[in-house]
Amino acid sequence: MMPDEILIFAEHAGGKLTRAAWEAVSAGQQLARDLALPASACIVGHVGAEGLAPLPAELASADLREVLALDSPQLAEYTAEGTARALGETIRARQPRFVVFSHTYQVRDFAPKLAASLGCGLISDCLGYRNEGNRVIFVRQVFQGKFSADVEFAGPSPWLVSFQAGAFRRDAVRRGASPAKVTAAAVALDAAAIRVKPGERFREAKQAVDLSQAEIIVAVGRGIKALEHLELAKKLAEALGGELGASRPICDSGWLPMDRQIGSSGQTVAPKLYVALGISGAIQHQVGMRGSKTVLAINKDKEAPIFEVATYGVASDLFEIVPGLIEAIKKAKGS
Amino acid sequence: MKIIVCLKQVPARDAVLRINPAGTWVVSADVSFEINEPDIYALEEGLRLKEKHGGEVVVASLGPARAQQAIKEALAKGADRALHLDDPAFENLDAYGAAKVLAKALEPEKPDLVLTGLQSDDLGFAQTGVILAELLGLAHSTIIMEIQAQGASLRVKRELEGGWFQWLELPLPALVTIQSGINKPRYATLPGIMKAKTRPLKKLSAADLGLTPADFRPRQTILKIYVPAKRAHTEFFEGSPKEIAARLVDKLRNEARVL
Repeated sequence: MMPDEILIFAEHAGGKLTRAAWEAVSAGQQLARDLALPASACIVGHVGAEGLAPLPAELASADLREVLALDSPQLAEYTAEGTARALGETIRARQPRFVVFSHTYQVRDFAPKLAASLGCGLISDCLGYRNEGNRVIFVRQVFQGKFSADVEFAGPSPWLVSFQAGAFRRDAVRRGASPAKVTAAAVALDAAAIRVKPGERFREAKQAVDLSQAEIIVAVGRGIKALEHLELAKKLAEALGGELGASRPICDSGWLPMDRQIGSSGQTVAPKLYVALGISGAIQHQVGMRGSKTVLAINKDKEAPIFEVATYGVASDLFEIVPGLIEAIKKAKGS
Repeated sequence: MKIIVCLKQVPARDAVLRINPAGTWVVSADVSFEINEPDIYALEEGLRLKEKHGGEVVVASLGPARAQQAIKEALAKGADRALHLDDPAFENLDAYGAAKVLAKALEPEKPDLVLTGLQSDDLGFAQTGVILAELLGLAHSTIIMEIQAQGASLRVKRELEGGWFQWLELPLPALVTIQSGINKPRYATLPGIMKAKTRPLKKLSAADLGLTPADFRPRQTILKIYVPAKRAHTEFFEGSPKEIAARLVDKLRNEARVL
């Protein structure tokens, strides 16, 4: 058996290591340092696939013991079955103490399957951890961010853990004094074992609105309650000279087109001013707007997670606050 | 097509939640519950597939007695029958445990398609559906925004990050986890509510399923839950709407410099 270690899953897309890959490296390195264990990273794909060849060496620039490149023609395109099988073999052989992932859509697609096939636990979507002597306790959100939970693995390792986007910083990745050893490992995969056939990736009809460049955004969430109340948000956006955006439920209801959606499945924005009206601020929304310079949140629930990222907060009914605010802004601009 | 939709009942979105004295979970006694939002979309998708291609929609829900409310709502919307997995031993199961119980209940049903929401609004691990697929040996795909049934296979539109999508084809039987917004869920009608009363609801305990606690031993434990420490230094404004507006305008002009 291999010596005890932390194994990091490095995701790639479009021939590049993703930001999530480096955040996982960052998390894995920190966990390795706290537990005085070596860290290795693992990349899954096919070396013949476009853009993949240089990635293991790029990953090896990080301070790691080893970079494993799991290779098979069956892994040229991501599938949950292929990735779970390839990683499963590696984890069985190496028996790392922890396997570290970023909580991306891809990881959500295969990691629970991988954990179940290995008979081990997966604590997903963590914000961080605490090392308490010989216990590692993971911290994650529950009830849409209203509460935090301390979660611990039960049963023997390997233990799989995924961290939320932004929980660890890619610029905190430590580089090695010399490149890590790269080991290419061919994985024997039967084409018949992969039942899901992936097709082309595509974007929906062009994004008509590019909110990423907007300087001021007024975004609405469930708290707006009814379609006719959108007019109020529009008026505030007009008064401020900004664009209208929304959290996912508003676009799901068809009240605003999908290209106005801000969050993990929509646009990522970084305006000078972000006004959140009736937005609770679930993490899926926060990841799309937390680069905003100033955030004004108006929400009647003072415990709403949006106030975690707000510069200015008004914990009142938006329908009482916004009309007066529009008037005051118009007056200020006119003066 | 035989479709099974898994439903979880969770505290209502606007429920005021209090942490129990032990700090291990929320006080559920005075909380109103509802069907987990993505599961409502999964149910709607199941009902639409049945209406288009024929077959049967069975709902399966793991939870205490109160979960019957969620089941009745699903039956009133048009599900044909229900499985209610209820046993004191099923309390506070982790994702693996819940998937294990569901798998045991679903296995003899031999479904063509299993639908779940992509994650729950309470725990949010986003694992149960995918583990269930693994335990049942089904092909799966997650975060799906469209389903087209074509004979023995499905074509599904999977949401990726940052506005990207991908079509995938998977053979039946399969499991698909549904993203909110895939459709417009229906409301239950009065005739539906009347009919629901006559539809079969089968209760299954651990013993009925041949399960012992060793089968769903936890792989992870929630030690405690708590109100997160505030990291941000949000400046809160109170007072009359007029006062608040005046002070906000001052801040937006002189600090944020956007006016």
